[in-house]
Order: sequence, then C-alpha cells, then structure tokens
Amino acid sequence: MTQASVMLDPTGELSPAVRARLARPESLAGKTVGLLDISKPRGDVFLDRIEERLTEMEVTVKRYRKPTFTRVAPTELKQQIAGEVDLVVEGLAD
Amino acid sequence: MTPLPDGLIVVAKRDCPTCQLIEPLLADIEQRAGPLTVYSQDDPAFAAGVRGAQYDSTLEHSFRLQTEFVPTLIRVENGEEVERAYGWHREDWQRLTGIPGLGDDLPVMRPGCGSKTLEPGIAEKLELQFGNIHLHAREIETDADDLIEACYERGWSDGLPVVPPTPERVLRMLKGTDRNPSEEIGLVPPDLAPCTVEKVAINAVMAGCKPEYMPVVLAALEAALTEEFGLHGLLCTTMFAGPMVVVNGPVAKSIGMNSGGNALGQGNRANATIGRALQLIVRNVGGGRPGEIDRATLGTPGKYTFCFAEAEDSEWLPLAEERGVPSGNSAVTLFAGEGVQGIVDQKSRTPESLAKSFALALRAVDHPKMAMAGDAVLVVSPEHSRVFIEAGWTKARLLEELERLLQFPGEEMVAGAGGIAEGLPEQYRDKTIPKFRPGGLLIVRAGGTAGLFSAVIAGWAASGPVGSSPVTREVKV
Repeated sequence: MTQASVMLDPTGELSPAVRARLARPESLAGKTVGLLDISKPRGDVFLDRIEERLTEMEVTVKRYRKPTFTRVAPTELKQQIAGEVDLVVEGLAD
Repeated sequence: MTPLPDGLIVVAKRDCPTCQLIEPLLADIEQRAGPLTVYSQDDPAFAAGVRGAQYDSTLEHSFRLQTEFVPTLIRVENGEEVERAYGWHREDWQRLTGIPGLGDDLPVMRPGCGSKTLEPGIAEKLELQFGNIHLHAREIETDADDLIEACYERGWSDGLPVVPPTPERVLRMLKGTDRNPSEEIGLVPPDLAPCTVEKVAINAVMAGCKPEYMPVVLAALEAALTEEFGLHGLLCTTMFAGPMVVVNGPVAKSIGMNSGGNALGQGNRANATIGRALQLIVRNVGGGRPGEIDRATLGTPGKYTFCFAEAEDSEWLPLAEERGVPSGNSAVTLFAGEGVQGIVDQKSRTPESLAKSFALALRAVDHPKMAMAGDAVLVVSPEHSRVFIEAGWTKARLLEELERLLQFPGEEMVAGAGGIAEGLPEQYRDKTIPKFRPGGLLIVRAGGTAGLFSAVIAGWAASGPVGSSPVTREVKV
C-alpha cells in the first residue's frame, strides 16, 4: 500500500478538489448504449434483460465483454467502447 | 513558541565525532555552570547523565535555534541569546561556560558537523512544519503510486509530464523570490482567477523551473496580464498564436538562458521551463484549455513553451532598451507569437540586398495580401546581423529600411487582386499600404554563430489595440 502524498493545487480552485461525475444524459433518444459484461457469472442474464428493455425503447445497443473480471479491461477494448457508444452499463456482480 | 531556557544550550548528534568528544564534558558543565539543556538530534541516549538532556526527535528545537552545525553551544540570559559557538573550540567553550580548564585534556579545536536540520529534504519539511511560512493553496491528497500520473488525471498537464508540486518543492521554488507568497499578481483569464506568487511557484515547479527563474516567470506573467497584451483574447482565438517571451539583460546569462545555437529550439532548461510555466498558469490558474475556451484551429508548438534570450551585441540596441528599459536592467517582452518561418539567404553580402530578402519574407505574415493585421518579430542571426553592423546599420536603420520596403500598392492587396479572393477592402485600391502597423515590427538578434539564416515569427492577426500589443516589463531580481 502506498502512502498518501500531498500536492498543492495549481489551479484557480474554482472547482471542487474531487472531480464531479459527468452529468447523466437527460434522455437516451438517439444515443448508443454499450453493455459491458465483465465475465462474472450471470452478468449476461442481467445485461440480456437490459438489452431487451433498451431495444424496446428503440435505443441502439452494443455488447462488449472483458476477457476476465480479474483484470482491468484491455486498452483496445476501452478505446473501442469509447469510440462506439455514448454511455456504458456494466454488470458488476454475480 | 516557548521562551529560550536561561543558561546554556548544547545541540548535538551522536553521529558527529566532535559531539562524542564533548559528550563527557556535559555533566560537568551542568554541575558547575548552572542550567544546561542538551538537544540530541539523533540519539535519545546522548548525554544520558545530564538532567537537562532531551531527544529532539522532531528537530523542532534545533530548527527554532537555527542550528547550522553540531555541536552548537549557546548562552542565554534573560530569555535572549547572547553568544554561540560552533564545533569544539576550547577557548570559546571555557568562556561561554565560565569554567576555566574545561576540556583541557581535549584538542584545542575540532570542527563540528552539519546539523541534521539542514539535510536535504529535511530543511523544507521543518520550515513548513515550524517556520513562519504559510502556504494557502488547497492540499490535494492522493494515494496514487505515481504522482506524475495523478497530475495527468487531474488535468494539470499540457500533455508532457509535470513535476508533482509537493509542498517541499513549492517552498524551494518560493526561495527564488523575495516576494510574499500571498501577493496577488493579477487575475488570469479566462476564469479571471486571482494568481498569487504561490500559485506561480506551484506551476513553475510543475514546469520544471529552478527557483532562480522565478523573477523571470513573475515578470512574464505580469506582462501577460496587462490590458495591452490582451491574454484573454489570445488564448481564446481560433488563430495560432500564444504568449512568447523574449528575455533581455543580465538575468538571461545568470540563469543560463540560451540566446545562441538553437535559441528557438529545445534543450535549454530555462528557455523551456519559463515559457512552459506561463502556459501552465494559463491552463491551471486561468482555466484556458484547448477544446474548451482555447479554440485554436491548429495552434502552434510554441504553445507548449516559447521563450528565448536575445543575443545582445554592443552594436545593436537590445529589444528591451529600445522599448525603454535602462541599459543593464533585465526585462521580458511578451509577444503574441505564432511559429518560426526561416529565411534562408546565403548570398546577400550587402545590407540593401539582405533587407530586401527580409522584406519579401515578412510580407508573408498572415497572408501576403493582408496588412496591419499581425505584428511580427524578425529574429536576425549573428552572421546576418554582421552584414548590417559592418556596413554601419543600426537596428533602427534596418527597421526604417524594412518599413520603407514593406509598402505595397493597394491594387495588389485588395480582395480579388491576383485572382485571390482574400485581401483588403476595395477602398484601399488607390492607397499605399504599409504591411505593419506603426511599432508592429520588432527586431531581435539571436542564434548560433554559423548560418546565414534569420527567422520571422508572425504575430497574432489581431495585433495592436484590437487584440494584443507587445509588452515589456522589467525583471525585479
């Protein structure tokens, strides 16, 4: 475990020290949603159902899968997702 | 802070042979010379038999006593220090303790060692903890194992790695100036956030500056924040330019700036980091980031950093002096500069021919059919400047000649002329048009001693009162 380090803020300190999350989109109309299966058992069950619901809403869906849940997603996969979709739903647990 | 204990104080460390030499004397001194306080910097068992012995584990006492060497012997009367001695000098110790014969069996003199408080990395920590300096910037705590990556993630970088601005590094940077860390230099656009000397130091650390560059960075920022320089518009524009810094005067040499070979290129720490510090201040303090308020269509590599010194020559008036700075003083001149366009003329041996070459190249600033839009800096290399100097042409004479050569008939410049839609409004058809506005052409001498090359650095096409004018500020060293 690394020790906490301190740095002095070089900015004008006009925004919070901890970055805010990106705002949620107001609607899914016209958006492409990525569904990322992290390869945990039964994640596909959850994501299949989400895909069904989104498709009913006429939202474009693309499916992705990490090779293993024990590692962060490969860079190529992250870049592919970032290039193809507007937002991502990830199935985290089994 | 507690008052100084009256009597004698000894600061020592086990690691120092001279301290070990005097250790056996301390009990005797305590007994015969009154109250004695011993501060040990490293070993709790040092001078164990002395009642007034303390382990100075945090080094606070050593720091507050401004200890530079060990052993240090200090005599305090009525809460005031009256005398101190360093190392072991028998005579001094006998006088300060008032004990004749003290250490008569020891050598007359043994030098001491450096105090632990001055060891690298410790001095700054102690000053931050116990000193009078108070930094105000928000502390960002992170458990990242790589602080450089943490800086990237926070968006503090221009794309290249930055030096993580730890409090110790910022404190060291602040030693480069006498100015108060909380002094406000001005409001940095676009967010108009107040920028203190401390914020300048933080960004200078990130840029890789040495503390001695601080006066130049501060002067550059002061110049950049003037109304005339118009930094807000410059950083928002879709055009190319960014703030370029030309340094004149003795400071350029004393901090090791490059005005010679590759002066406009890479490889010199001062050139590279001073220009970069200014850009990081724009980015971080002002919030001027590409893709956000910085709308440059193409930008220019100079927006990482663009800073160099003039190769001053006794025959040619340096830029800062031309602009009113007394000879012998240092100054920065800020210019809203685009990129470097080379002028290759290896054949001209007369000032007339070379001036014509320069004029032809200068016509291309912005567009050969535009005029009085962008300023320009003409950087004349030593071999080219020699052609003028040997013929007795001063910089002013060259400028006068260029202004004469850079007058064009309106009919060549108006929109549509030459089959090119770009150009000046029709009303200029019958006029003679100067390429540059008055004062819009600056000449600087720089570069290596070999090469019959000079360079045009075009300015922002919104030069002058509508956008940005060059601004010169003295460097307060």
